[in-house]
Amino acid sequence: MQEVIKQKAIELLSSGKADRVLGWKEGEFFYDITPAVFTDVKEIEEKFVYNAFCGPNFSKYLVAESRKDGKIAVFLKPCDTYSFQQLLKEHRILRDKVYAVGIPCDGMVDIEKIRQKKIKGITGVTEAGEVLQIDTIYGKKEVAKKDVLAERCENCKSKKHVVYDELIGEEGDVLDSHRFDLVEKIEAMSEEERFAFWQNELSRCIRCNACRNVCPACTCEKCVFDNPASGIDQKAAADSFEEKMFHIIRAFHVAGRCTDCGECSRVCPQNIPLHLLNRKFIKDINEFYGEYQAGADMETRAPLTDYQTDDCEPSVILTKGDQ
Amino acid sequence: MKKISLEKLNALFAEIAETKALYLPVDTETGAQYQKWEEGKTLSSALNTVRSAKDFFFPQTESLVHFKVEGKKIEIMDVRDEGAPFVIFGVRGCDVKSFELLDRVFLQDPVDTYYQNRRNNAIIVSLACSEPEETCFCHSFGISAADPAGDVTAWIKDGEIIFRANTEKGEQLLAPLPLEEGGEAKAEEARSEIEAITKKLPLQNLPLEKFKAENLMDFFNDPKWASLSQSCLGCGTCTFVCPTCHCFDIRDFDTGHGVQRFRCWDSCMYRDFSQMAAANPRLSQLERFRQRFMHKLVYYPANHEGRFLCVGCGRCLSRCPISMDIVKVIKELGGERDAK
Amino acid sequence: MQNEALIPYLGVVTDIRVDTPDVKTFRVVSAADGQKLFEHIPGQCAMVSIPGVGEAMFSITSSPTNREYMEFSIKKCGCLTSWLHQMEVGQYVTVRGPYGNGFPVEGAFKGKDLLFVAGGIGLAPLRSVINYCRHYRENYGTIDIVYGSRSMEDLVDYQEILEEWSKEEGVNVHLTIDREQPEWNGHVGFVPNFVTELAFEPTKTAILCGPPIMIKFTLAGLEQMGFPKSQIFTTLEFRMKCGIGKCGRCNIGNQYICKDGPVFRLDQLAELPDEY
Repeated sequence: MQEVIKQKAIELLSSGKADRVLGWKEGEFFYDITPAVFTDVKEIEEKFVYNAFCGPNFSKYLVAESRKDGKIAVFLKPCDTYSFQQLLKEHRILRDKVYAVGIPCDGMVDIEKIRQKKIKGITGVTEAGEVLQIDTIYGKKEVAKKDVLAERCENCKSKKHVVYDELIGEEGDVLDSHRFDLVEKIEAMSEEERFAFWQNELSRCIRCNACRNVCPACTCEKCVFDNPASGIDQKAAADSFEEKMFHIIRAFHVAGRCTDCGECSRVCPQNIPLHLLNRKFIKDINEFYGEYQAGADMETRAPLTDYQTDDCEPSVILTKGDQ
Repeated sequence: MKKISLEKLNALFAEIAETKALYLPVDTETGAQYQKWEEGKTLSSALNTVRSAKDFFFPQTESLVHFKVEGKKIEIMDVRDEGAPFVIFGVRGCDVKSFELLDRVFLQDPVDTYYQNRRNNAIIVSLACSEPEETCFCHSFGISAADPAGDVTAWIKDGEIIFRANTEKGEQLLAPLPLEEGGEAKAEEARSEIEAITKKLPLQNLPLEKFKAENLMDFFNDPKWASLSQSCLGCGTCTFVCPTCHCFDIRDFDTGHGVQRFRCWDSCMYRDFSQMAAANPRLSQLERFRQRFMHKLVYYPANHEGRFLCVGCGRCLSRCPISMDIVKVIKELGGERDAK
Repeated sequence: MQNEALIPYLGVVTDIRVDTPDVKTFRVVSAADGQKLFEHIPGQCAMVSIPGVGEAMFSITSSPTNREYMEFSIKKCGCLTSWLHQMEVGQYVTVRGPYGNGFPVEGAFKGKDLLFVAGGIGLAPLRSVINYCRHYRENYGTIDIVYGSRSMEDLVDYQEILEEWSKEEGVNVHLTIDREQPEWNGHVGFVPNFVTELAFEPTKTAILCGPPIMIKFTLAGLEQMGFPKSQIFTTLEFRMKCGIGKCGRCNIGNQYICKDGPVFRLDQLAELPDEY
């Protein structure tokens, strides 16, 4: 697949269909891949990669990239297309400046999960079907790919590309994921248990802002947490309450717009399962206002910014909150 | 040297913890973290902690001073305390080295007494790295994974842990403990094994030769910063997991009963780091990204006899959301990248 | 426990002078004993704060030769400075310092003819040096002061300039304002052009302080007149938090403005990144 995509990148650039190509650039190892804008064919030939470690979602880069001169080609995995379309819907990306190529995805691997299996000194990974052959400085190892998939890929919501100019490979389907299972488990906890769960998770936060900066739904020109006039622009948690404020306020701000791309949890250096907050909002919205997937289309109005006469009454939400 | 069987390690921890607070890396669901030892906690087998050991001396937040404000009057309250001796067990060579680099900032005149108190109270037991990771490159900065510094150096080998006191503080820590004499041969064996592994690590011999004060302007003006910083998210992950990053902010927090002035970690990657009322000298991410690496590779060495502000722990390599790290910067700017 | 650089002294404001519509000069003494808080070198700065509002670096505008108090001339431009402008006499403030290198009044300036060039609030850091040099008049040659502002009302320390500086032998004051004003019969025009018109001898030592645009064009003019870089001094400003070269933000190259600056010679700056 890498070769096909690479050839496409070269073709788009040399035919003049695109002036720049946003893709993945190889690193020192197999897994440390960096998003990069390619402008010459030679660089694509040498450095362009697409493998099971190409997790980064490029949609947010397009907010800035589509405002530059010329056209940019971008490769989008199925879940990335939801973020892309959501940003288009919010008028954050200039559509005619982007050439979107949908590419297939078999699920991305989380290098942390490989490390958690006590595999140390990883120098190379080869995909052999369902198995990953891992070279380490301590010898060869093998793991099943399904055991080291990123959480968001284990619970993949869709293999379908919702928007593109061109598609490589065959179109997939929206999947019946189990992504709300853990949310249900947390909902079933007692209030004290739930508080303890989140306190344990959120107290690890170091306020690095990686979750916010990577989030395709966080595109404010000036974030409230960076605004000295807001009174809440503290860079560190002054007490344990502060971390909750940051993450819960952020989850509220992206509610109804979060496509559940999972970038927040991917980038968290403290491995906080931040996506669970967003999924709780998505699940609630589905239950209160009917099934809704942000970014799935350009037309439907988002439940939280739309009023229907049959919308559930606020009291329903209050009652549910009491449970 | 002294030694004890690994089976008795927890009893040893209990013994140390009788008189002093003892901290050590403990495995958690989300990686190893330093925790205070208590019955039931065991030493992690992970190579390194997710957060670095700098937290012991330069915590993420700390109170500097409190104020009571009443009308036009202000009262100042010194909230410093002397602290008490504590032991950090199992610090890796890279993190031990980071203390020395931070000392050069915080203990340089005028001394930062908050940092100094904690530093004086700490007894550091380092642990040699039996299984270095591919992301390790401490060797490039002259650090030995096989024989780390610290008040005491420890090696784990064949079911035993061997200790060598390096300082008076270290001697005093070991003296009352129920240890056996000996272990020299095993320590030597462990050392040469680790050195052999170190030679096999992929990130060795980084091209650092050109990073010198006299090339400051050349590096600053290098056009490659543009592509290096291109996809940087501007988050603070690298700076916060880094054992040597030490930039901080000072802020006031109104508690309703007075004002707490506290210091917290800050990141040169943030836009407001250098924002003034009317101007910002580092407007784009390129300038902020450049500041971080210039500080580590050129500015700090220029002020500290050529020492780099990096210890090769590899945390930024595994934590950067977009995998743009100091190794890539050194290779890109310091010389031709190896042909693959 | 030894004294800590990050714990401030308590000061009390004993006098407030309105200089211009947006500049006030505050006189501060120790709240403990009514004496001067600490000694300083001209050009050094101090961190002034109102707890809960903010803390920022300001240059000490009074001369060290003043044994009784310190003064800060502060322009209203942000959150903290707005608060300071609203305060009354008797208000406590916290002060820590002195910070920075200061001007080489006992070194490179000695025996030299001095040319001070200032724009707007840029006179504040220079006032300390000018008054110091006036105090030890015999140690320095002639003193020329070129000072300009947007309007007559915006000239800081106008009274002191008229009543003291202008009347002193060997001190030549050249004032200018940006635009014509009915009650103004002095020079009209921007500072850089005025400096060129005045055609100073390039043997003088020039000391510049003002907005970046003024500095930029004045420097070009001075260099054209033949002033060597080693004879031009200026002060820089940056966001600062600690004041002691540790918090890591105010550097240009490997130099920290709070500690190694704020006073730099132009030939020193030429070897550093243009990041200020």
